[in-house]
Amino acid sequence: MAKIPVQFRLNGTDRAAFVDAPETLLNTLRRSMGDFAPKYGCGQGACGVCTVLIDGEPHLSCLTLSVACEGRQVETASGMANGPELHPLQAQFMEHFAAQCGFCTPGMLTAARALLDTNPNPTRDEVIEAISGNICRCTGYEPIVAAILAAAGSPGLRRA
Amino acid sequence: MLELRKDLFADERDDNLNVVGKGIQRQDMPGHVTGLTRYFDDHAFDGMLHLKVVRSPHASARIRSIDVSAAARAPGVKRVLRAADVPVNKNTLLSLINFGKDDEPSLAVDKVHYVGEPVVAIIAESEAQALAAKKLVRIDYEPMPAVFDVEEALKPGAPVVNETYPANYFEYHERFDHQKLRFGDVERAFAGADMVLEHRYQMSPIEHAPTETNGSIAAPEQNGRFVVHSCAQGLFFALGTAAKIVAVESNRLHFIGGTVGGGFGGKVDSLTEPLAVLGAMVTGRPVRFVLDREEEMLYGSPRGAERIYIKDALMRDGRIVARYIRSYFDAGAYTRLSSYAAIKCTAHLPGPYWIPNVASDVHVAYTNRCPSTAMRGFGITAVDFALEVQMDRLAEAAGMDPMEFRILNAYRDGDMKPHRRKASNTALIECVQVAAGKANWPISEQGQRQSSLTGGGAGERGQIPATVLDARGQIGRPETRQSGPTQTLPAGTSRIALSKQPVMEGARDGRAAPTQVPRYEPARPTTQPVTQPLAPAAYAPQPSPYQPVAGQQPPPYQPPPAPPSPAPAPAAQTQHGAVRFSSVFGRRR
Amino acid sequence: MARHEGRGMASVNYPIGMNLGGDPSQALIHSNPDGKFTVALSAIDLGQGMKQVSRQIAAETLGVPVEDVYVDTADSDTGPHDMGSFASRGTHRMGNAIIVAAREARGVLLEAAAEELEVDAGDLVTDGRGNIHVRGAPSRSITVKATAQAAQFKQGKTIAGRGIFLIPLSAVDAETGEMNPNTAFAHACLVADVAVDDETGEVEVLRMTSAYELGRVINPRMVEQQLVGGAWMGMSHALYETPEPYYPDTAHGPRDFSEYLMPGPGEIAPYHVTVLERPAPDGPFGGKGPGEMCANPVLPAIANAVYNAVGVRVDELPITPEKILRGLKANGGVKPGPRRGGPVNWR
Repeated sequence: MAKIPVQFRLNGTDRAAFVDAPETLLNTLRRSMGDFAPKYGCGQGACGVCTVLIDGEPHLSCLTLSVACEGRQVETASGMANGPELHPLQAQFMEHFAAQCGFCTPGMLTAARALLDTNPNPTRDEVIEAISGNICRCTGYEPIVAAILAAAGSPGLRRA
Repeated sequence: MLELRKDLFADERDDNLNVVGKGIQRQDMPGHVTGLTRYFDDHAFDGMLHLKVVRSPHASARIRSIDVSAAARAPGVKRVLRAADVPVNKNTLLSLINFGKDDEPSLAVDKVHYVGEPVVAIIAESEAQALAAKKLVRIDYEPMPAVFDVEEALKPGAPVVNETYPANYFEYHERFDHQKLRFGDVERAFAGADMVLEHRYQMSPIEHAPTETNGSIAAPEQNGRFVVHSCAQGLFFALGTAAKIVAVESNRLHFIGGTVGGGFGGKVDSLTEPLAVLGAMVTGRPVRFVLDREEEMLYGSPRGAERIYIKDALMRDGRIVARYIRSYFDAGAYTRLSSYAAIKCTAHLPGPYWIPNVASDVHVAYTNRCPSTAMRGFGITAVDFALEVQMDRLAEAAGMDPMEFRILNAYRDGDMKPHRRKASNTALIECVQVAAGKANWPISEQGQRQSSLTGGGAGERGQIPATVLDARGQIGRPETRQSGPTQTLPAGTSRIALSKQPVMEGARDGRAAPTQVPRYEPARPTTQPVTQPLAPAAYAPQPSPYQPVAGQQPPPYQPPPAPPSPAPAPAAQTQHGAVRFSSVFGRRR
Repeated sequence: MARHEGRGMASVNYPIGMNLGGDPSQALIHSNPDGKFTVALSAIDLGQGMKQVSRQIAAETLGVPVEDVYVDTADSDTGPHDMGSFASRGTHRMGNAIIVAAREARGVLLEAAAEELEVDAGDLVTDGRGNIHVRGAPSRSITVKATAQAAQFKQGKTIAGRGIFLIPLSAVDAETGEMNPNTAFAHACLVADVAVDDETGEVEVLRMTSAYELGRVINPRMVEQQLVGGAWMGMSHALYETPEPYYPDTAHGPRDFSEYLMPGPGEIAPYHVTVLERPAPDGPFGGKGPGEMCANPVLPAIANAVYNAVGVRVDELPITPEKILRGLKANGGVKPGPRRGGPVNWR
């Protein structure tokens, strides 16, 4: 099967790969580009651990074809911090002990970032809505919701 | 929201610690929030192959034939593994600690025993190619009768689930078809009770559903070894299991793990490591074997479904005088860890209460369901559900408030437990009091005054009673399941030696090793509250405003006659007192 | 059509570590030449916090700042044998092994410092901030860093320690079930407030209030993590989860997170936990382990609260709307139990 070249901007850097037509963005990120922040959890778009931003919108990378990302802007949890400076969401996740096993955390952070980028001061219900596609089996969600609410309105939030 | 009640048990603690007790940030948190934490699947290998298994569509069937020729020729397929390719194709997890017989193949031989049992493994260049080749494997099955219910499985003539245990039960002590607990004389207590309540409870099987599915990557490593990135909950458990099944020395395997995306018990079974290692050995390439979500949900072993019958003898004043429990662990088709859970469950009975007569028969039954395994609270969660709903019923029957009823029957320091060891370090009463207070659930002043520290072990509470034994459930003799008592064991009898002191090697030859954990200077003042000795008052709870429905009035309960000259209870305190950090929290006088 | 509120409770205990013992844990600790310590384990962190618990226990015992301890787990080439992370055994078993190893390493550390300060090692104490000094005379001191450098390059001493903790395996009597099962038990009592809709059969958990006795709390934030997450799982077990809705029929099993029901962030119940500490005589600093038990009291407390609300006993989990509606029908309607207390004393 002939490979197809695909090029997109990943966390601010131009990246390219040769992919099979049905290859998912999740696989390309993990296997070809070495970005292991997005995880495989279900491959069915039901758990959210693979969530990435494509042109600022949250997408499930396990259901997204890599070839569809040509020329787009892809962001993962790996690119949230500005060097050593954590994104306010990352800082608040730490402050609220909002991770245990940590497996859902990159996807959860990305979903929350998508919310705060468009709605910097969400209500609790809006936060819940924003992460309702992300499964966490450890925390009981409460510290995650609290962390996102605490990060909301933070001066460090920046538009993607 | 978490609140620490430092005032309780303060005289048993020294809070003059530097690091312990502080809400310090987790070492792993920076990795979690930056996506840098590496799990087993977050490792890149050049030329990595993918392993997928063909699973049984039948709950019970004979394998007439397997034809893998088309699959072996499929694009990208490097190797097809069958049962005969697995060096040691029969294992049981607890064989590592010499418990139970090997009963489970890595790939099914001749017969399948549950829907989802692995039969053939395909190793291919890509996941898609492995999945495509799976469809080309032709297996001719002859479906056989199956059994799905624990009690049906134990009936004579039930289909044989697991040929290693042909009567569908795990064998305990090579004598019985279940694990027994006998303490006192429950039948006599039932006969003399004001009320007898018996109910049936059923736990659901439950999926662990960790966000990270089970999996591993095995790859050839320098020096003729294999590196294995594993999600195992027990690293050496998985290493030992893989070494046994693929028949290599353990030092040829290099297991790396320790950072796992949730487990809850579902990553104890080494579901993928042995075949991944075998795949890497036969192909000479890295092999990744990861369950997809559907496999994890349907065939990743669930929490076992337990069925529990509880029969309690209750007096009108709220005392429980006997408890008999008959329960069935649904092991599914293979033992895995159910045999262990049944003993853990037995040790847990009758719950955190002191009851003078307790007996139980805990069975592990094989059914044609996916093998169950450990899950958070293994052996306890289901029986706690049953016990505590039963306690709610008993409280109502006695006309008592549920909190008061718990305090009345709670175990205390010094009480003899049915496994013949004295309780110590108990705190159930205090938990009830504090939760009631915080929830604004009023309890009587007398209930408030009770303490785990006092009143326990008094009189018969601290003694091993004369105990009625029976030969119920002898292996291979289902007719004995209803048989009656055979003998009475004298009071005070103990047959199991106390455990020795824990082995704590290392410190004794530490040169100037201080005998105590460090203190910090300047020492902060520590309060030493004076505890008022509380009289072990007989606790008679307040009459409840609501009375139970009047039932029949059996004769008042007569305690069993005192046994002749009860031998003094053996020093039943488990003398495990390992490191006694006397300076830190040793109890002060 | 109405919503009926009810309140139920349950109290439980939980054994810490593998039943019957026989489950060893080992730990190795060594220092860099500048006094930074590495704890090498094969223990597993599956989210419960094994790494941080190990780190705090090691730092406390060594007498050094927690930042100066790094826990490396799990690599079978470098981490010595450990039974694994299950049966609530990590803190208790591994914690004890780490204490043994850290005590040995601390012994060498103090011996090296004593040689530098020309005093008796038995007179030395650590301040937990990276210094070692003579008891009662803080001015006669040396840093852990200088001590480690002297030990390594001048004295030829290995600041290292090894530890194992093993409760020997107990036998079980076939006829009576006599055994030495466990040495430490944690305790809990939990109150659940629920509302039951008598038309839909749906149960909403309004709030939960609990008290847990866990021995020494090694890290209160991580205890909170376990108890809050565990209560969510208990709620999930009680009301939603089953892979076989019509047990024992194995058909119709849910295949993914769309079909396998669990509460989401919208179903969180406010939860208050009070933690009591009655140290375990053989636990590390008295620690027990909350990892598994935190779901257990939730299941029966919710079942009992549902009964208190509408008079329906559900003895087969999960407590689905269908079962509640069938129970209401069998009972001829809602039969609420007595009211139990007033509004909770928190929040």
